[in-house]
Amino acid sequence: MSRAGDQDRLEVHIRRKSYRKASGGELQVLGDVALTIGSGEIAALIGPSGCGKTTLLRIIVGLDTDFDGAVHLPAHGRLGVVFQEPRLLPWRTVEDNVRLAAPEASDAALDALFGTLGLAAHRRHYPGELSLGQARRVALARAFAVEPELLVLDEPFVSLDAELAIRLRGELAELVARRPVTTLMVSHDVDEVIGLADRVFLLSGSPARVLADMPIQNPRSVRSAADVAAIRNTLSRKAAAS
Amino acid sequence: MNLVLRLASIALLLAVWLAGSHLAGPRLLPSPQAVGLAIVAEARSGALAFNLGVTLARVAAAFSIAMVLGTACGLAMGRRRLVDRIGDPWLVLLLNLPALVIIVLAYIWAGLTETAALAAVVLNKLPLATVTVREGARALDRDLDEMAQVFRMGSWTRFRHVVLPQLTPYLAAASRSGLSLVWKIVLIVELLGRPNGVGFEIGTAFQLFDVTKILAYALAFVAVMLAIETFVVQPFERYVSRWRPRPA
Repeated sequence: MSRAGDQDRLEVHIRRKSYRKASGGELQVLGDVALTIGSGEIAALIGPSGCGKTTLLRIIVGLDTDFDGAVHLPAHGRLGVVFQEPRLLPWRTVEDNVRLAAPEASDAALDALFGTLGLAAHRRHYPGELSLGQARRVALARAFAVEPELLVLDEPFVSLDAELAIRLRGELAELVARRPVTTLMVSHDVDEVIGLADRVFLLSGSPARVLADMPIQNPRSVRSAADVAAIRNTLSRKAAAS
Repeated sequence: MNLVLRLASIALLLAVWLAGSHLAGPRLLPSPQAVGLAIVAEARSGALAFNLGVTLARVAAAFSIAMVLGTACGLAMGRRRLVDRIGDPWLVLLLNLPALVIIVLAYIWAGLTETAALAAVVLNKLPLATVTVREGARALDRDLDEMAQVFRMGSWTRFRHVVLPQLTPYLAAASRSGLSLVWKIVLIVELLGRPNGVGFEIGTAFQLFDVTKILAYALAFVAVMLAIETFVVQPFERYVSRWRPRPA
């Protein structure tokens, strides 16, 4: 791999992360977690609900610095984050929400983003006037508008109906195809992310450890339903074996 | 319907005033007509506009300074526990110090100057603005704060677009109560140690037992404040809350 590629890698090595409980004592949420995601690779992090996935993401994006270990972000470390809740500013329009996070984005880039995500008609709307699916798209547009070196998505398809989730997944695939970016996607549901990922990390229940680090060989565009089913089977076998 | 009720209410007030004037005599309570004529006379001589202008300038200066400082102190106290611990006793002291004590001390320490007058008004309003904004700062949305952090928004962008809109209801509350409080205190400050302004005129009228003039100045100033509320404060509030979904 080239040096530039090395620099754009995400390396995470966490030895331990615990919270102090209100009753005293400690609650360990993360055990030994080591992840390496190559430049431009899309990795999916899968684990049961409540296993510490969101905690892990918060550590990676720098919102939680109280842990034992090290995180090495891609060079420059510009982040695009899609939180579980869209976290839009309700008092700013859709377009302003994106521009405030990405003041350097060009008009042409924004036009293309809004076009791909079907938001062109909603640029002047306020978040309160959008559906959850539309708000998620705005959050996605905001994350892409900053032209990140690392894209982090926390359960991006949760609580959307199946059809909408598929459509949004397609739009996300189109965006990363146009501008490859090192991506970490978190989900509790294998099916939600398996079609997109180049690599899958399987996490155990709390305290989370990495049970499996599984690269997926054939590229997204040619992945068949049978391939997806095979990956799913391997993953559930590994989860059961732990 | 609303307007009719409003007008009826005002007409009732005038009727009560007129009846009171008949009962108490024009020396104690002059009729609305006499007060109206006094306003016109003061306006003709230019004294009304001058004194209203002077008082209004003091109100505007004291109000702006107190709101800016109060917002800064309230934000600092609401967001940092250490600042809150250190600042709280000061706040309690200022909140409970009578306005008159602050004014008298300001004049003794700094002389009968404009600075002393403004400082006294600001110190009276500051703790109230601080307390209100502190509540707002405590209620700030952490999720949005984190969003601003991961997207590396600059501190001005964060303040202007993330923090300030969340504080709007608290700032509106502080402005509402603040404006009426500030103008009342400005009058006392003027009465005690300024050679002009509505407070000074009312002080002179008090010494001459000129109730007509007292009412003329008081009502003229209330009218000015009402106009500010209607034409400045309310449109501004509508503008800043334009994003809130309204029932169609």
